[in-house]
Amino acid sequence: MSQNAEKVLDHFNLFREPEYVELFENKRKEFEFMPPDEQVAEVREWAKTEEYKEKNFAREALVVNPAKACQPLGAVFAAVGFEGTLPFVHGSQGCVAYYRSHFSRHFKEPTSCVSSSMTEDAAVFGGLNNMIDGLANAYNMYKPKMISVSTTCMAEVIGDDLNAFIKTSKEKGSIPAEYDVPFAHTPAFVGSHITGYDNVMKGIFQHFWDGKAGTVPPMVREPNESINFIGGFDGYTVGNLREIKRIFGLFGVDYTILCDNSDVFDTPTDGVFRMYDGGTTLEEAANALHAKATISMQEYCTEKTLPFIAEHGQEVVALNHPIGVAGTDQLLMEISRITGKPIPAELEKERGRLVDAIADSTAHIHGQKFAIYGDPDLCYGLAAFLMELGAEPIHVLATNGGKAWEKKMQALFDSSPFGKNCKAYPGKDLWHMRSLLFTDPVDFLIGNTYGKYLERDTGTPLIRIGFPIFDRHHKHRYPVWGYQGGLNVLVWILDRIFEAIDANTIIPAKTDYSYDIIR
Amino acid sequence: MSLTIEQVKERNKELIKEVLEIYPDKTAKRRAKHLNQYEAGKADCGTKSNVKSIPGVMTIRGCAYAGSKGVVWGPIKDMIHISHGPVGCGQYSWASRRNYYIGTTGIDTFVTMQFTSDFQEKDIVFGGDKKLEKIIDEIQELFPLNHGITVQSECPIGLIGDDIEAVSKKKSKEYEGKTIVPVRCEGFRGVSQSLGHHIANDAVRDWVFDKGGDKHPEFKTTPYDVAIIGDYNIGGDAWSSRILLEEMGLRVIAQWSGDGSLAELENTPKAKLNVLHCYRSMNYISRHLEEKYGVPWVEYNFFGPTKIAESLRKIAGYFDDKIKEGAERVIAKYEPLMQAVIDKYRPRLEGKKVMLYVGGLRPRHVIGAYEDLGMEIVGTGYEFGHNDDYQRTTHYVKDGTLIYDDVTGFEFEKFVEKIQPDLVGSGIKEKYVFQKMGVPFRQMHSWDYSGPYHGYDGFAIFARDMDMAINNPVWGLAKTPWKSAA
Repeated sequence: MSQNAEKVLDHFNLFREPEYVELFENKRKEFEFMPPDEQVAEVREWAKTEEYKEKNFAREALVVNPAKACQPLGAVFAAVGFEGTLPFVHGSQGCVAYYRSHFSRHFKEPTSCVSSSMTEDAAVFGGLNNMIDGLANAYNMYKPKMISVSTTCMAEVIGDDLNAFIKTSKEKGSIPAEYDVPFAHTPAFVGSHITGYDNVMKGIFQHFWDGKAGTVPPMVREPNESINFIGGFDGYTVGNLREIKRIFGLFGVDYTILCDNSDVFDTPTDGVFRMYDGGTTLEEAANALHAKATISMQEYCTEKTLPFIAEHGQEVVALNHPIGVAGTDQLLMEISRITGKPIPAELEKERGRLVDAIADSTAHIHGQKFAIYGDPDLCYGLAAFLMELGAEPIHVLATNGGKAWEKKMQALFDSSPFGKNCKAYPGKDLWHMRSLLFTDPVDFLIGNTYGKYLERDTGTPLIRIGFPIFDRHHKHRYPVWGYQGGLNVLVWILDRIFEAIDANTIIPAKTDYSYDIIR
Repeated sequence: MSLTIEQVKERNKELIKEVLEIYPDKTAKRRAKHLNQYEAGKADCGTKSNVKSIPGVMTIRGCAYAGSKGVVWGPIKDMIHISHGPVGCGQYSWASRRNYYIGTTGIDTFVTMQFTSDFQEKDIVFGGDKKLEKIIDEIQELFPLNHGITVQSECPIGLIGDDIEAVSKKKSKEYEGKTIVPVRCEGFRGVSQSLGHHIANDAVRDWVFDKGGDKHPEFKTTPYDVAIIGDYNIGGDAWSSRILLEEMGLRVIAQWSGDGSLAELENTPKAKLNVLHCYRSMNYISRHLEEKYGVPWVEYNFFGPTKIAESLRKIAGYFDDKIKEGAERVIAKYEPLMQAVIDKYRPRLEGKKVMLYVGGLRPRHVIGAYEDLGMEIVGTGYEFGHNDDYQRTTHYVKDGTLIYDDVTGFEFEKFVEKIQPDLVGSGIKEKYVFQKMGVPFRQMHSWDYSGPYHGYDGFAIFARDMDMAINNPVWGLAKTPWKSAA
């Protein structure tokens, strides 16, 4: 017995005690009938080879460890960015449990969302009654200012029509006729979470701008000088949107953040649970029609939203999750160009400080090889920044990236000598990445929490940037956009590099001659 | 000042009335059947259970897929579990239940991986059977040491009418009788995870036992063979349980399903006794093993020294004196550790009030462990319990305990606000709601990433964790000094 009241051993150490080690050995020997160690070792080695990689890349149907989630998750993320808005997912309830858990694990925050709890009978007869009752219940209980309806794959397969259902619900008196219920069809078998974000964003603007599903006349655009800003699906939304607001503040421009979920994913612990906090007001969402232009930080998160906005008469600008100096330069120059206001001196100074930081540290990053995976825009922004730092992003993989993204990535690689050996992998998953890391190793890997399995299996040190991050805390509170955000990313990368150097030089009397205190 | 039992009952009644007022009439009527308090001497808790959740409320429940893939099948380590359908379900359930296991992941074990058919629109239109066949071929090629495959159906599979049974049979034949198990656990089936557990149990019966034959003739039984049923090895729970059974002289021939292997499933009918921890999720297969193979089963509870000792004696009661003495020896051996744990933590936790809301077993099973520490359960309820769970709960709860079945987020918040417990034990979706309110919280599904909590080793961790949650200085910081002074 090794457990002890004075120093309680938990799972980290308890199971390394001799009695448990013996237990594992006996279990394996007597009952598990697992393959012999030699065979496991053999297959493990084979899985590192070119031959295995070829077979792995020849896969046509199986997907293993994909770096993407489904549309409805993005739908919820978008909906909570509007003031007092309750996401209502039309479909089976289990999905909503998953979305709520997923966000809560990443943001360490409550995530409020309801579903219409469809079961077998709804599968047969359709989910209309669930919608009618569900909207009434949600409206009465949670008193939202707006309910944003999206679907799951179930509702999509049986073909439920949201527009008609919401109309009927209003006719039946579930919710007042003039109550705002924007909607979007977000089938889980099309695209990914970024597609769901896009669909809901478009759905909300369509609702307000195009006459609230035929209940009022469409709005008429009266152009003004303000600009709209759309962040896209972004795991750093808390830190990023606050940084963006600061930047706009310094510019002194009139702006609207469309989908501002920075507060709802960062509520205080002060004795009060806030189901809704902050958010783009409904008036702002409507009035966004009149803005001079809309800047999207993520092209692939707004593939439908931006054209929709453009059709309504304003300029749209799509960026690719800009991180670092040139990315931020471009953002600031766009704001300046659109508004006619000069780039504030303070931001110019911040730029100089980021360049200073890079100059101080770039020697440790220069020539290092990186693998990156994540959403298409994030991959682009990170790859651009790495090349700026003199690093080489060798493998860049986006499970939810397409041909257009691949082409765009290649153009980025072609623009720099550091991009010579780089390749983009659209539609591939983390099991493909595993093969790449074995056959064409890199020095560091950048990605979300799931990358820790790749770190373990291939020995490639992981820098956690992306979504979701479950096993490290509070990254989402720090910006990755703007010069300040670039500095954060730079520090995260450097910290991991230095940790790797220290780990490599830590054996006394053997490797510790390089265990330096000054780097 | 603590309330008398009559005052508690009066308050609970008022509280239930108050939360029901917010609902539209139809909903209030339905929800009223799920909220009550335990009256001493009654045969159950006076609540309805296992019926559909109400649309538009924030139910905490999951779905049948979560019950099958996420709970029962997922932890079987040497099989590959395909999340068959769109990408999301597999992604969200990916390694999120901490079903610990020993193995070389990706080579001979696969629990912390996500295998999906990643359905696209064309698969919905044309059906996914062909794709599934190809997926199985690709698995065979890339993961040659897998011992079997399960097909965990997501919603669209049942809706579009794919014949995953036919594909499984065909492929099994092609791969020399390989175990390939179709599981019809589409999320829209049933009212919660619970049906998924049942469906998964039935799949073990139909596709492992009935098709298995005698796959391991070299496996020799002894008179002391038992199987652990219904322990998912969250944070290593099954290990800290298994060690006690082995110490008392039993031989644990299988673990279901945490750290379990296909061979262990196959050999379970040879056990002399099945010891069942999570009754809700695995009573079905335990009953089947009894009916068909004559293996008796017994429920046990390894939370806290009181219940552990009771359970060890109960299990030993099925065996001879050697095992009975073994049980006494084990109880005596750990007694000093338990005393030390209680001596250390009880003074810090005595009299603290707890509200629980968990899945299908822990709302009752952990009560004894809290009571060992001098704590009191003032409210409890199940996400997906059935009537028999609420009957079993009566053995654990005291008169006037508030009971809430399939509680909605709204109700739970109101109850906690009014009752002001010292600790809430529930899941990730509830955790931050209550912490924001300044109420200490522990996740009682995942042990808040700590654990194990089962067994004697686990109780030490349980006690430490409850102390760290309740007596954490952070709760004193929630109010500003300039406002709380008033």
